Amino acid sequence: MEVIIFTEDFLLELYKIASRYEDRKAALLPVLHYVQEKEGMISLEAEKDIGEFLDIPVVHVHDVVSFYHLFHQTKKGKCHFSVCQTTSCALLGGEDIIEHLQKRLNIKPGETTPDGKFSLTLVECLGACEIAPMMQCNKEYKGLLNKKKIDELIDQNR
Amino acid sequence: MEKIISRHFDQENSHRLESYLKDSGYEGARKALTEMTPEQVVEEVKKSNLRGLGGAGFATGTKWSFIKQTYKPKYLVINGDEGEPGTFKDKYILEQDPHAFIEGVIITCYAFGSHKAYVYIRGEYLKSIERLQAAIDEAYKNKFLGKEIMGTPFHLDVVVHQGAGAYICGEETALLESLEGKKGFPRLKPPFPAVSGLFGCPTVINNVETVTCVAPIILKGSDWFSKLGSTKNGGNRLFCVSGHVNKPGVYELPNGTTLRSIIYEHAGGIRGGRTLKAVIPGGISAPILTPDQIDVKMDFDSLKAIGSMAGSGGIIVMDDTTCMVWAAMIASRFYAHESCGQCSPCREGSGWVYRNIKRIYHGEGQTHDLTHLPGIINNIGGNTICAFGDAVTMSIGSYVSKFRSEFEIHIKEKKCELCMKKQGIVESYAKINH
Ligand SMILES: Cc1cc2nc3c(=O)[nH]c(=O)nc-3n(C[C@H](O)[C@H](O)[C@H](O)COP(=O)(O)O)c2cc1C
Ligand code: SF4
Ligand code: FES
Repeated sequence: MEVIIFTEDFLLELYKIASRYEDRKAALLPVLHYVQEKEGMISLEAEKDIGEFLDIPVVHVHDVVSFYHLFHQTKKGKCHFSVCQTTSCALLGGEDIIEHLQKRLNIKPGETTPDGKFSLTLVECLGACEIAPMMQCNKEYKGLLNKKKIDELIDQNR
Repeated sequence: MEKIISRHFDQENSHRLESYLKDSGYEGARKALTEMTPEQVVEEVKKSNLRGLGGAGFATGTKWSFIKQTYKPKYLVINGDEGEPGTFKDKYILEQDPHAFIEGVIITCYAFGSHKAYVYIRGEYLKSIERLQAAIDEAYKNKFLGKEIMGTPFHLDVVVHQGAGAYICGEETALLESLEGKKGFPRLKPPFPAVSGLFGCPTVINNVETVTCVAPIILKGSDWFSKLGSTKNGGNRLFCVSGHVNKPGVYELPNGTTLRSIIYEHAGGIRGGRTLKAVIPGGISAPILTPDQIDVKMDFDSLKAIGSMAGSGGIIVMDDTTCMVWAAMIASRFYAHESCGQCSPCREGSGWVYRNIKRIYHGEGQTHDLTHLPGIINNIGGNTICAFGDAVTMSIGSYVSKFRSEFEIHIKEKKCELCMKKQGIVESYAKINH
């Protein structure tokens, strides 16, 4: 079997990543991060190529992709809200924030709006309890949330 | 109060090498590499009473001395997974003072003869990863990393590894599995990582904050450091305060500072002048304390003596508006979500506990739900591969034993006054925020 969907430049970048590790297989997480960064998700085809490239059985790659919640097997919305639902955020109104987001976006946690613009995920403590209630908006941390801030964020990304 | 770990946090460009070098930067590493033998470094750190700040509080110098000479490579693996709810300190170190951390890594590796360090950082901490990588690049350029560090024969490579969102990867052996490209399943011990860790080689695993304390110890001496803290728990640590306080944030204070003074003097007391109801002293896994216990000294041994733990230094404060059944439900949901699923008592038990408390919270609980709860909780800890199971038992168990009457009210009356009021209060907090 051969690598199918990855281009040569792409593979070159993957080689660079793998060279940092004593054992090639250890490059799996960074390689998955790189692929997801470029393609927005980890497709089954990509899993096959990655397995081939790192000499890891594809079932094992799939297992790993499903285990870690930062890896997506489907495309997320352009604006992906990951809202913290753990204690410090909950104590300061996190539940209201989550409810408001659901109402405004008209989706449930785990879903994406039909226009592909927004996704909503509930996550556990993101290590930013000092700015609770907080969430991640794509890569960025947004804290001291209230309904007004949420509305602004939604309007900016409509 | 003398600051060690956070001494540069509010300085401009504190993350750049140029600013770090202005304040005797890398002088601790220079001293270790040019004037001391590795054994002397280990001895100095042992005498300082530095203890692991990732949660378990193991004596750091002693941990290093478990590494025996072998033909195999030896690794330092840094735990920057920071997933324990209520904890956010390593983020500040990596973002504000990455060179202080790198200097600690150099000395640590020198102490037990490692030439390769991996830094595992939680996947969401993108700014930490970026800042640390930039600092590593600067350090390579200026001969603080790579070959012939500062003109000595010592060489060291440091690789940053991004996690991918799984709390359990903070457990040290799960972290090793994850670093090797696998699912984060904790390993059975023994063998301990000191014997067979990363890639089957001897490995030391230390927390970000722990190694950041090492350079100041070498530069200023173990005597100075140990005197700052309590007996057997030297130095300062970063306490992370969150929840119902006026000034949430990171506070560097000596080990042994009382919890009362952290809450009321440093974090500005309880919001809106309300009263304290409960406080978690060391990350969500530490058994919860009641107001009559807050004169406890915040160090590993004192907290253990009153049945809780210093853990990761994450202090979560709850005021008198908090329904403790609700708080127990949130904490148990966390465990139910994050159990790796390897051991049945933990996988099944944590879900069972969550569903049970959720029923009680929503007014659907029966008396037998509460009767059975302690039994289910107590059958998890001690029966599992890793300490996650013990954490479920100790932390959730503490809500039930200390606030049992609230569980009873929820069963009898199907609700409690606090839950009914909560909606309004949450709204008013949201207003205070801005
Ligand atoms: C479930 C679980 C989660 C943990 N999470 C972390 C973590 O996020 N960061 C950390 O430094 N240590 C964590 N630990 C503790 C580590 O296993 C280990 O004791 C620590 O990294 C050792 O470093 P130290 O001696 O410098 O504290 C966790 C332990 C358990 C059982
Ligand atoms: S105790 Fe829980 S988290 Fe730890 S190995 Fe067992 S199932 Fe996984
Ligand atoms: S509890 Fe929400 S960021 Fe920690």
